[in-house]
Amino acid sequence: MGPLLEVKNLQTQFVTKEGIVRAVNNISYELNTGETLGIVGESGCGKSVGALSLLRLIPSPPGKIVAGEILFDGIDLLKVHESEIERIRGNRIAMIFQDPMTSLNPMMPIGRQISESLELHLKMTKKAARAKAIELLEMVRIPSAADRIDDYPIQFSGGMRQRVMIAMALSCNPQILIADEPTTALDVTIQAQITDLVNRLREEIGMAVIWITHDLGVVAGLTDRVIVMYAGRIVEEAPVEELYENPRHPYTIGLLGSVPRLDEERPEKLTSIEGMPPDMIDYPSGCPFYARCTFRIDRCLESPPDLREVGPGHKAACIVDVTSSTLPTSGIS
Amino acid sequence: MEARRNGNDTDEVLLRVNNLKVYFPINRGTIFPRHVGDIKAVDGVSFEVKRGETLGLVGESGCGKSTTGRAIVLLEKPTAGKVEFQGVEMTSLEGESLRKTRRRIQMIFQDPYASLNPRLRVRDIVGDPLKVHKIASDKTLTNQVRELLNIVGLNPNFVTRYPHEFSGGQRQRIGIARALALRPDFIIFDEPVSALDVSIQAQIINLLENLQAEFRLTYLFIAHDLAVVRHISDRVAVMYLGKLAELTDRERLYKTPLHPYTQALLSAVPIPNPIAERERFKNRVILEGDVPSPDNPPKGCNFCTRCPAKTRVMDKKQIDCSQVEPEFKQAEPGHWVACHLYD
Repeated sequence: MGPLLEVKNLQTQFVTKEGIVRAVNNISYELNTGETLGIVGESGCGKSVGALSLLRLIPSPPGKIVAGEILFDGIDLLKVHESEIERIRGNRIAMIFQDPMTSLNPMMPIGRQISESLELHLKMTKKAARAKAIELLEMVRIPSAADRIDDYPIQFSGGMRQRVMIAMALSCNPQILIADEPTTALDVTIQAQITDLVNRLREEIGMAVIWITHDLGVVAGLTDRVIVMYAGRIVEEAPVEELYENPRHPYTIGLLGSVPRLDEERPEKLTSIEGMPPDMIDYPSGCPFYARCTFRIDRCLESPPDLREVGPGHKAACIVDVTSSTLPTSGIS
Repeated sequence: MEARRNGNDTDEVLLRVNNLKVYFPINRGTIFPRHVGDIKAVDGVSFEVKRGETLGLVGESGCGKSTTGRAIVLLEKPTAGKVEFQGVEMTSLEGESLRKTRRRIQMIFQDPYASLNPRLRVRDIVGDPLKVHKIASDKTLTNQVRELLNIVGLNPNFVTRYPHEFSGGQRQRIGIARALALRPDFIIFDEPVSALDVSIQAQIINLLENLQAEFRLTYLFIAHDLAVVRHISDRVAVMYLGKLAELTDRERLYKTPLHPYTQALLSAVPIPNPIAERERFKNRVILEGDVPSPDNPPKGCNFCTRCPAKTRVMDKKQIDCSQVEPEFKQAEPGHWVACHLYD
């Protein structure tokens, strides 16, 4: 059996007054049935745009998916008619966001918002859908769900709204859940509630999850495999243990060194990555990480490096053979 | 560097906060507003900051940590309690003496986009405090600003640029340069790195540590990120719903936390190590429910509605946490905690 979802050479761009922003720059990856894939990277690296592209949720204009294929169950999601993608969106592939209010209607009772998609996608009767909505709210641990089903979003706290959104996303038993920074705005104790919940539900339902975040801690505990993005490109991809134990791209190495950690002796200094990500309009012709890289050599400027196999299931987009114990070649750090 | 961390040159207390309360009144009715209650943002907080140290203040959103910081510099009027800076009561100061004291305390905020005037050039943003306090003349101003930019790791030629030309990390550096302009003794940071990406965050944290060593600064570092606070602080205070739950030195707080809230908070932090994190995931203390509203905090211990140790207190000490409020006191020397388990 092939992968559940296959992304091939996806490119998404935005046309702005200043020029074309190359938000997603030729990325390819696969998602297997029941697997949790983490996509990590910092602001502007293209991780969210890449995910929104999967469901054709990029506002156009200014955005445009200019190239690529997204194969789901034998069909190319980029080629099918809008009505076909609507049947998949929220039904077989669901998405949750950082701000629950982007998916909740403030003027509609929460129960109605859940039962609506049940009636639409699963053709349930009103009564059955309402009963199922209560069941879903109980599943995401909304206390006294039957009494709260007619409440409006404003009557819920941030963590509870996030649960309502999860209930809504899971209502049609999706095969894939795309989670775009769903815990970033939440406090750490509430984040623990939500990650615990998604993990348990994933096991029960058997869905695959794409978990997009900037938090290397969240990814460590939740995912099977991780993709690291930088400046619209995938720079590294590996099974989760392998990525943290043996990072092979200078950016991943720098990122892991930048995080202050609770589980290790406190270092005297954090190893920061100097400089800033490149301008996404005036995109560099060589390796996009060149300007900040401590391992750079002249050949890095020739062309953007392709992902290459550096170990079993482990790919890195770097022409230099680096590990976390390699000594820097340039003195910029 | 270790010298700074182990001993402050003296044990001089620079800032003493005693039973600080900041209440925001809730009024109902538009024509005849009546006072129907208070949001108790800060409800009786006491701590000291010693010269040369960094005191971290952590807690979740709405716990009152920012209001505490703002009340120290009198951006919020304290409802009750004392804030003493070098033995002088802040609220008693007025006019020139208040201005003089304020020079020595600076505050840096979370949002580097909102805290810089978009219509002013860097020279005027960073140089403004120097003009207000009549420290620089027009002639020397540019040079002083250039020197400040150099100190915070920015190109001195940026003096003529506007805030929109900078990234988030660079803007935070501009804010830091402005705070340093008056050569303060004490800086309050309110979530200074939470809006920044992790690679940039590390740059700013390293900068703050270098500046502290170079200029013998004292920091109050307010943040929600427990790992960042551990990295930068000598001592750490944990705040919950307007009150301090625990306060001790860094090592003890992170290795042997006493308060059930601190324990739950530390256990909730995901760590970037997949094998260890999966173990933690299984043993994680998941707190039930949400933080109660500060306009109607629970009776007794304010954490009792979510506390996993509540029945243990009842069994061991025969104390009902929902009735009796625990005192914030030392469980061992230098380790303050507000929990009946240690009564």
